[in-house]
Amino acid sequence: MDNLIALLIAAPLLGALVLLLGGRRLDKSGHWLGTLLAAVSFVIGLVLFADMLGKSADDRALHQTLYTWIPVEGFQADMAFRLDQLSMTFVLLITGVGTLIHVYSIGYMEHDERRRRFFGYLNLFVAAMLLLVLADNYLLLYFGWEGVGLASYLLIGFWQHKPTAATAAKKAFLVNRVGDMGLSIAIMLMFTTFGTFAFGPVFEASGQASEGKLTAIGLMLLLAACGKSAQVPLQSWLGDAMEGPTPVSALIHAATMVTAGVYLIVRSADIFDAAPDAQLVVTVVGAVTLLFGAIVGCAKDDIKKALAGSTMSQIGYMILAAGLGPIGYVFAIMHLVTHGFFKAGLFLGAGSVMHGMNDEVDMRKYGGLRKYMPVTFVTFGLGYLAIIGFPGLSGFFSKDKIIEAAFAKGGTEGWILGAVTLLGAAITAYYMTRVMLMTFFGEKRWQPAPDADQAPSAEPAAEHAAGAMPHPHESPKSMVIPMILLAVGSVAAGAVFEFAGFVEWLEPVTGFEHGHSPVSAAAVTAATVAVMVIGVGLAYLQYGRRPVPVVAPRGSLLTRAARRDLLQDDFNHAVFVTGGTHLTRSLVYVDHSLVDGVVNGTAAAVGGLSGRLRKLQNGYARTYAVSMFGGTAVLIAATLLMRAV
Amino acid sequence: MNPVNYLYLAALLFTIGAAGVLIRRNAIVVFMCVELMLNACNLAFVTFSRMHGNLDGQIIAFFTMVVAAAEVVVGLAIIVSVFRARHSASVDDASLMKL
Repeated sequence: MDNLIALLIAAPLLGALVLLLGGRRLDKSGHWLGTLLAAVSFVIGLVLFADMLGKSADDRALHQTLYTWIPVEGFQADMAFRLDQLSMTFVLLITGVGTLIHVYSIGYMEHDERRRRFFGYLNLFVAAMLLLVLADNYLLLYFGWEGVGLASYLLIGFWQHKPTAATAAKKAFLVNRVGDMGLSIAIMLMFTTFGTFAFGPVFEASGQASEGKLTAIGLMLLLAACGKSAQVPLQSWLGDAMEGPTPVSALIHAATMVTAGVYLIVRSADIFDAAPDAQLVVTVVGAVTLLFGAIVGCAKDDIKKALAGSTMSQIGYMILAAGLGPIGYVFAIMHLVTHGFFKAGLFLGAGSVMHGMNDEVDMRKYGGLRKYMPVTFVTFGLGYLAIIGFPGLSGFFSKDKIIEAAFAKGGTEGWILGAVTLLGAAITAYYMTRVMLMTFFGEKRWQPAPDADQAPSAEPAAEHAAGAMPHPHESPKSMVIPMILLAVGSVAAGAVFEFAGFVEWLEPVTGFEHGHSPVSAAAVTAATVAVMVIGVGLAYLQYGRRPVPVVAPRGSLLTRAARRDLLQDDFNHAVFVTGGTHLTRSLVYVDHSLVDGVVNGTAAAVGGLSGRLRKLQNGYARTYAVSMFGGTAVLIAATLLMRAV
Repeated sequence: MNPVNYLYLAALLFTIGAAGVLIRRNAIVVFMCVELMLNACNLAFVTFSRMHGNLDGQIIAFFTMVVAAAEVVVGLAIIVSVFRARHSASVDDASLMKL
C-alpha cells in the first residue's frame, strides 16, 4: 500500500507532462486524458482510504521514501511521503473536488482553443497540491508550495491576452512571494534550531527548543500561510485572482490551494502548541481577515469577487480555529473540507450563471434567473444555505463548532473571538443572501452584451454576438453534474463528519481537547442561528423588498471603501509602491552623491593635482637641471643628516 | 702639500660647473660646464686615491674620462643638428617637449 502514495502524485503529473509536451495532436482528446488521470488519482486515494479505515487509529500513517533528494552530509532531504489522516483528508478533497472540476471544465472551456493547455495546468496543480500535503519534510512541502503557486499563476493569467488577467497573475505571484519568503525563513530557522526539517524529528524536538525560537518559526509559518491563504496583510491578490477562468477560481482559489495555509498551521501543530504568542497572532490574523473578507464581500457587485471576499472570510474562520490550538485544529480542517464543497459548488454555480449570461459578472445585471437556470439555482441555493450555516447543512456543523471553540478559548480573548465569529456569521448570511437575491430573484435587469472588442473573452459563451440580449439557459451536463455532486456534498458533509466521527478520525494527528466554553453549546447554536436570521433578514429588507438599481448607488463611506477592497490596494500602493519608489530613489541619490561622489571626487582630485604638477614640465632643460640638482642636494643633505644622527 | 686642498679645488670647480649649467643659455657653454663638473669629480677621485693609498679612485677617473668622451661625441652631434634645424644654440629655444 505504501507504494501507492507516489502514484497519487504521479498520475496527474504524468497528465501535465503529456498534455503540455504533447502538442496539438492532443487538442481533441487532451481534456479527457487530464480528467481521467485526475480520476485515477482519486480512485487511488479511495483505495488508500479504505485500507486506512481498516487499520487501528494509531498505525494508520503510511510512509514512503522514494529516494534521497538532497544527499548532503548533515543536510538530508528525502523524497519522502507521509499519508496520515490529515493528508488523507486533503488527498480526498483535492482529487475528489479536483476531478469534478475537471469534468466541469470540459464543458466550460469547450470553446477555448487552448483547452489542452488548461487541462495540463490543472493536472500540474493537482500534482503539486498533492505533493504539498503528502510531503514528509518541510523542504518537500516547500516544493509543492511553490508548485501550486506556479500553477495558480499560470491559471490566473490563462487568458493572458487580457491585460487585467496578466496583471492579476503577476500580482498573485508577487504577493505570494512575500509569504514564500516566510516559509523559507521558517525552514532555515528549523534547520538551525533542530538540525533537520523532517516532520517527525522536528515535532518531537519542538518541546525542547526555546520558546522564542518557536515563536519566530511560528510567525514565519504564519506569514507563509497569510500569503497562500490570502489573509491580512497579504490578502490583496485573491480578489484579482478571479480574472482566471471560473473552474480555476473554484478549485484553486476557493477549495484547495488557498487552504494550504490552514494545512501548514495544523500540520505544524506541535510547534504552535509550544508557542502561545504565535498562536495568539494566528487567531488575531484569522479574526481580522474573517471580518475583512466579509465586509468586502458585502460591497462587491462582481459575483466572483463577492465570493472571493467570502472565501477570504471563511479561511479566516479556519485560521482562527487553527490558532486556538488542540480545541480548534480538527474544526479548522472540518470547516476546510465542508467549505471546499460548498464554495466550489458556489463558484461553479457562478460560472454556470456567467455561461448563460454572456460572461456578465455584474450581479446588478442579473436578476430573476431562477426560472431560467433551475438546476444552477437549486445547487447554488444549497451551497448558499450551507455557507450561511442553515441548520442541518454542512456549514452549520463546522462553523458552529468553530464559534464554540472560540468562546472556549477562555478569558477576554475567548469573548472577543466568539463575538467576532458570531458577527462574521451574521455578515456571511447578509452578503450571501445579497448574492442570492441579486442573482436569482427580483426583476430581470439584463443588459445587452458589451462590444466584442471590449470583452475579447475566450469564455465559452463567446459565440453570442456582441450587443445581443443574453438568453439564460441551463448549462450542459458536464457542468451540471459536478454542481449537483458538490451540492450533495455541501448538504451532507457536515452531518456525515459530525456523526461518523471526524474528530476521532483526525485526533491521532492533530490532537484534540474538549474546550470548556463559558457559554453552553446549545446557546452558541441558538446565537449562531439567530445572527444568521438577522443577516438574512437585513439582506432581504435591502435587496429582496426593494428593486435593485442597475447602476450601483454611491453608497456610504464604508461601502465605497469596501468596493475598493477596504483600500488594501491603496494602502499597498501608498506604503510599498510609493514608499519603495522613494526608498529606491533615495538609495539612488545616496549612490550618486555619496558612493559615486567618493569615487569621482578622488578622480577629480588626482586629476586636478596632476594638472598643477604638469605645469612643472615646461620643456626648459635648465629647469629640469635645477630640479635634479636640488633633488640630489636634498638627498645628500638628508643622508649626511642621518649619518650625523 | 695637504691633499685636502685639492678637494677644495674640486668642490670649487664643481660648483662653478653646476652654476654654469643652471645659469648659462648657450648650449656649448652648458656643455663645457658639464665637462668642468666631470673633471672636478675626476680631481676628487684622484685625490681620494692618493689619500687612501689605493688605485680605485684613479681607475674610476679613467672610466669617467671614457664616459665623458662618449658623451661629448653624442652631445656635440645633438647640438650641431639642433643648430642646423633651428639656427640657435640656446637651450631655452629647444623647449618643445612639453604639454
